Amino acid sequence: MSERLRMVEAVRDTLGAELARDDDVVVYGEDVGEAGGVFRATQGLIDDYPDRVFDTPVAEAGIVGAGVGLAATGMRPVAEIQFQSFLYQGFHQLAQHVARMRSRTRGTITCPMTIRTPYGGGIHALELHSESFEAGFAHIPGLKVVFPSSPAETKGLLTASIRSSDPVVFMEPTRLYRSFREEVPDDHEIPLGEARVVEPGEDITVVAWGSMLRETLDAVDDIDASVGVIDPRTLYPLDTETIVDSVKKTGRCAIVHEAPKTAGMAGEIIARLNEEAFLYLEAPIERVTGYDVPMPMFAREDDYLPDADRIEAGIRDTLEFG
Amino acid sequence: MPEETVAQFHIRSVQVLAEDETVDDELVPDLSDDELLTVYEQMKRSRRLDERAIALQRRGELGTYAPAIGQEAAQVGTAFALADDDWLVPSFREQPALLVHGTEPDAILQYAKGMEEGAEIPDGDGALPPAIPVGSQPLHATGIGWGEALQDRENVAITYFGDGATSEGDVYEAMNFAGVYDAQTVFVCQNNRYAISTGTEKQTNTETFAQKAIAAGIDCVQVDGNDVLGVYRVAREAVEKARNGEPVLIEALTYRRSMHTTSDDPSAYRESEEESEWEARDPILRFQRYLENRGVLDEETKEAITERIEEELAAAIEEANERREELDPADMFRHVYEDLPPELEEQLAAFEAEKGGESQ
Repeated sequence: MSERLRMVEAVRDTLGAELARDDDVVVYGEDVGEAGGVFRATQGLIDDYPDRVFDTPVAEAGIVGAGVGLAATGMRPVAEIQFQSFLYQGFHQLAQHVARMRSRTRGTITCPMTIRTPYGGGIHALELHSESFEAGFAHIPGLKVVFPSSPAETKGLLTASIRSSDPVVFMEPTRLYRSFREEVPDDHEIPLGEARVVEPGEDITVVAWGSMLRETLDAVDDIDASVGVIDPRTLYPLDTETIVDSVKKTGRCAIVHEAPKTAGMAGEIIARLNEEAFLYLEAPIERVTGYDVPMPMFAREDDYLPDADRIEAGIRDTLEFG
Repeated sequence: MPEETVAQFHIRSVQVLAEDETVDDELVPDLSDDELLTVYEQMKRSRRLDERAIALQRRGELGTYAPAIGQEAAQVGTAFALADDDWLVPSFREQPALLVHGTEPDAILQYAKGMEEGAEIPDGDGALPPAIPVGSQPLHATGIGWGEALQDRENVAITYFGDGATSEGDVYEAMNFAGVYDAQTVFVCQNNRYAISTGTEKQTNTETFAQKAIAAGIDCVQVDGNDVLGVYRVAREAVEKARNGEPVLIEALTYRRSMHTTSDDPSAYRESEEESEWEARDPILRFQRYLENRGVLDEETKEAITERIEEELAAAIEEANERREELDPADMFRHVYEDLPPELEEQLAAFEAEKGGESQ
């Protein structure tokens, strides 16, 4: 059985399925109960699971920190942080406790917690509702950082995240929540740490995740070359092998993200290609990213965000080099 | 509508065994002679561990260490009210409570030797490892107390923090969440008068730290934290309330007689007269005199206790030293994730190759 769902419906479908499958799963966050979440990603869950779906006080450190304790008692906390930038209010709990609990107790206490959070621009939201801080999360040892780029991917990756014994930051691109429907299989789990070859290609490899994957696919439509597209799906651990294999074949690479350029994940991917595929490169690796400016308010967000035109230009420059 | 009072609060304060040795007979907890002696021995045990740890640190055998000297009644009295399956969620100065709840002294020493081995939680031990970031751990105790309630279990979580920690937002969030979810959690604020060098008068404008609970809508009580009988009495009540889903904040009035940590020099911010005054108000001395007056503690028993403690600590120091000798540096890679991700596999292989190269 499968259904055609939007991404936000796939989130809800997955949470419902995991609540049904595992009595230890508890879903909580600000407005996730009666209101069903500000994006309606948890709509109706409280009706089916009144004892395991909770509205919380407005306190992100509380949401993240309480998860450490819930997990210690054997529960599997699935928290929603309403917008990614509000996770900064819980960042200390994430970095100091959630990520470190397993290693500092040598595996005797673990924190199998999933933190879902809507991220990114493109929906004309308020200031500080459009952040994309994945490089910061990926820089914290102990966390896994996961990005769905479609409804079916959401189902597979969120299922794996909730079932993971390691803590996961699950970044949901707000602009894709309702943008399209897709067949979503019923029982679907995608192993964390495996990239998806979205399009195989011979001339260039483009790496993009989350909302930028959609922009990238729009961009490559207009390019008369064999463009390979890879969605890493998790940024930590990162499936270096799949990216390296493709770049060894194409010799050229562009990486797209909406986070600021400096110290963004593109830099890390370039470093790995430098280590693993240096002699195969025929052009400098291109970065198409946001700028090193605070994410602007929505009057300027379209000017900030990489779009199909910028991505296309970056790909063409790289193809034409040399 | 005319102005009216819509809510009123009061703060209870409890003392059973006063400094002058007078005892409130109605409030004396029902403890057998054996239990009283156990409480005494646990206080002595922690005191001696701290003394030996400071000496070891001075000799370079331990890293920075935070002694709990002066706070033994506040901690032993509260931890003694727990059942075996209850949870203890400590800060970094909780040797007395940890020892009561079953942590072995060698684990405390290993932690102070900079080894994660000392933060291992043996299977079935209801405890979390020390929390270094001030005020961050009460939220974990709230989560535990909430999780136990969700799973229809009776276990409670008790968490310790200091007067300084109450200025952290997380401590309020912890109490507030606990109130909202009826978490089975007891919060113990040890008001030891100092946050490193900062006195309580610079920490908050409230009259008591107990009243920090009122804004969160949970119960609170203040107790003379150097009176182990009083502490045990309020802790037992609090633990029973928490078991029924009523979280409680206990403020234990005590004094950090020693340094913040071995890196600290209190002479920079307080007078030695003040320290001498509190030396005379030491919680172990007060309880010892009580036990002697009551005929429970004689010289022979004291000697036996001292001997047991010395033997145990000598063995613990030896054990910690041996574990340090056996330390496998590569273990730092092995517990970050359930399975080694490719990144760490590669880094571990490189690390081992480098170390192997060194030893050749």
